[in-house]
Amino acid sequence: MRTTTSPRAAFRRTPARTAVAVLAVSALTTLAGCASASPAAPTAASSSAFKPVTQNPNATITVWTDSTRLPEVQAYQKSHPGVKMNIVTYDGSADGSTYLQTKVQLFDRTGSGWPDVVFSSSTTDATWASEPTKPGAIPFAAPLDQGLVPQSTLDNFAKGSLTACQYNGHTYCLRNDIAQVVLWYNKTLMDQFGYTVPTTWEQYEALGQKVAKQHPGYLVGSVGDTNSQESYFWSSQCPAFDLVQPDTLRTDLSSPDCTRMSNLLDTLISDKSVSTQGFFSQGFAKDSGSKVLMANGPSWYGQYLFNSAFKTPAGQIAAAAPLTWDGDTTAATGNVGGGLWMVSSHSTNLKAATALATWLTTSDANQASAPTYPAYVPAADAWLANPANKQYFASDVSSAFKQAANEVWTGWSNTKFSDATAWSSVVLPALTAGKTLTSTLPAWQAAIADEAKAEGYKVTTQ
Amino acid sequence: MTLLESRRVTAPARRRGVSRRRGGRAGYLFVAGYAVLLLAFGVFPTVYAFYLSLTNDRGQFTGVNQFVKVIQDYRFVPAFTDMLLYLVMWLVLLVVLTVLVAVVLRGRMRPGLSALFRFLFYLPGALAGVASVLVWLFMLDPDVSPVSWLLDSLGLNSFAAVLAPGNLPVILVLIAFWTGAGGWIVVMYGALNNIPDEVLEAAKMDGAGPWKTAWHIQIPMIRTWIAYMAILAFAAGTQLFVEPQLLQTASLGRVSPTWSPNQLAYVFAFQQGDFNGAAAVSVFLLAIGLIAAGLLVRRSDMFKVDET
Repeated sequence: MRTTTSPRAAFRRTPARTAVAVLAVSALTTLAGCASASPAAPTAASSSAFKPVTQNPNATITVWTDSTRLPEVQAYQKSHPGVKMNIVTYDGSADGSTYLQTKVQLFDRTGSGWPDVVFSSSTTDATWASEPTKPGAIPFAAPLDQGLVPQSTLDNFAKGSLTACQYNGHTYCLRNDIAQVVLWYNKTLMDQFGYTVPTTWEQYEALGQKVAKQHPGYLVGSVGDTNSQESYFWSSQCPAFDLVQPDTLRTDLSSPDCTRMSNLLDTLISDKSVSTQGFFSQGFAKDSGSKVLMANGPSWYGQYLFNSAFKTPAGQIAAAAPLTWDGDTTAATGNVGGGLWMVSSHSTNLKAATALATWLTTSDANQASAPTYPAYVPAADAWLANPANKQYFASDVSSAFKQAANEVWTGWSNTKFSDATAWSSVVLPALTAGKTLTSTLPAWQAAIADEAKAEGYKVTTQ
Repeated sequence: MTLLESRRVTAPARRRGVSRRRGGRAGYLFVAGYAVLLLAFGVFPTVYAFYLSLTNDRGQFTGVNQFVKVIQDYRFVPAFTDMLLYLVMWLVLLVVLTVLVAVVLRGRMRPGLSALFRFLFYLPGALAGVASVLVWLFMLDPDVSPVSWLLDSLGLNSFAAVLAPGNLPVILVLIAFWTGAGGWIVVMYGALNNIPDEVLEAAKMDGAGPWKTAWHIQIPMIRTWIAYMAILAFAAGTQLFVEPQLLQTASLGRVSPTWSPNQLAYVFAFQQGDFNGAAAVSVFLLAIGLIAAGLLVRRSDMFKVDET
């Protein structure tokens, strides 16, 4: 302790030494021509035939589900007591959670721990799960079209609903539900105010302006949620997330297909008939829930937004077919989420795991009373035939749902990154700060391009 | 929470003149538990991070390429800017306020009252990080906040408006100060207690008022403690993660998922599967922490204890 001088002297010398060492290392680096720092690109090997691990027909299957789907899994357990199941509840990748991806990254590194069957409410999960997370790993999701699920079953899913599950020509997940965007409206209020339900976006805009003047405080929509871009810009066929090649993303928000929507919304936002506060934001239901006249949004808005969140009494809410643009020949609508089930490629009991995933997504027994609109067409018919799914509404929603399910625009691709991040962290704060949507489009496009490049996509903005 | 532990470890150890007796196995035994944990959860991960930051996911040596890659990433500069802005505000506020409060508690207050205040200041620090963020989520949401009138008067009438990007450093400083400052006030108070009464009496005899005494006698004499606080607070500040991560979730994504460098490392590792890039970010944080600690140690002559 008394040798006070030497440590200090040594301390002074170290920076010089470190500097020399750093210089030496960097010199070495330049001389040696070091390897690239970017992670390995997914190799072609991933498309080769799927080799399951050693199977054990009696193995326990671990199921990860969100709390909404938990009763369905428990029902399967009850009706199939022979299957050994370990049911785990997790967040289901809701609201941009990356829990599943985080865990699988770690399981891939430790070489164990994967669940056998997983529910995810984010189609983004299917994109990373169909590729290896590191060299030598096999993709987390098993290719279900390779001897696990019959092609005839896969063919019965709604048109385009399995696109999110497909990669390199294989199908890696079963779609649980689709969330086709329809025009929700409060029939009681519309009748009371003497308005007719719009069929085009132009009529919608005019009605929004009328509402602002005649019934200030009432709303025809909101753009403040993490998924509002899917309700509006997807429906507008805006090329924001367009994978022109598997590795090339086209994002062109200056396209007229985007600006027609942003201009329309800017008009209604400044009139205050479209809110910049999200439908699902804290306090909205209490303050404005009863003042929502219309909402362009997914098929699950009926039960989840109007019934559960806003507590609108039964018999008031109805759904109309997606809006079209004057002069557009093809109708198009958006899609907001829609869950999926994946089977792990590491499962030691693929048979039981696949049977469960198939039952959950395709059986009438489960889907006819599911909380969301089934992606499996025969199950969707059973769902629509179930009076319990419709008694809440003022009129029959079947035709609007069916039509919208066939009109989901396919130009909004499923990417390895969520389409919600840039919208929520760049566009929404700007709207809250009073900027217009149109003036924020360049910043949104830049944020999408940055995210895409970080995930290894080539980006084009034409 | 790591702050508390390390503080306890370093606080005693001022026994001058007592000759240290060498030997005895018990000493090693006592140190062994900590040493093993330090090696397993401190030293080994650091070495592993260095290894990862110098290689790629195929195990090939990449030299400085990982570091170049993360610097060029579009999120790197914003994340480090956010962190530095936060650190400057947080350190200045922490140093000025904790020292000021400790001086007032030590010299201008009856002992009983002073003890009560120290207890009250310390109390929020007893809440775990996550719980304290949840408390603040309530405080900051105009719909449920007990001080919504204050938020309203600032023109912040929705949770989204409160969480505007420009407000985040202030919010995080508020949370950090609320949870962290109490413990440091207690420590500074203890440091002030160490100043012999004769010194303070001599100052009084020479005509120094309470503020002059504080400025010329007390604060210079606890300088090393202040530097020590600054080092640990700086290190904790660079590791900012839980608070912005929870705000990100609670605000439904309005806060960037890569607000702080630690979050950026997290996204690198778990969303992009790039553990090497994540390691490079963490090595940057280590370097910044070491440089700041080195500067503070030198400027405050912290290790000259034995000569005074």
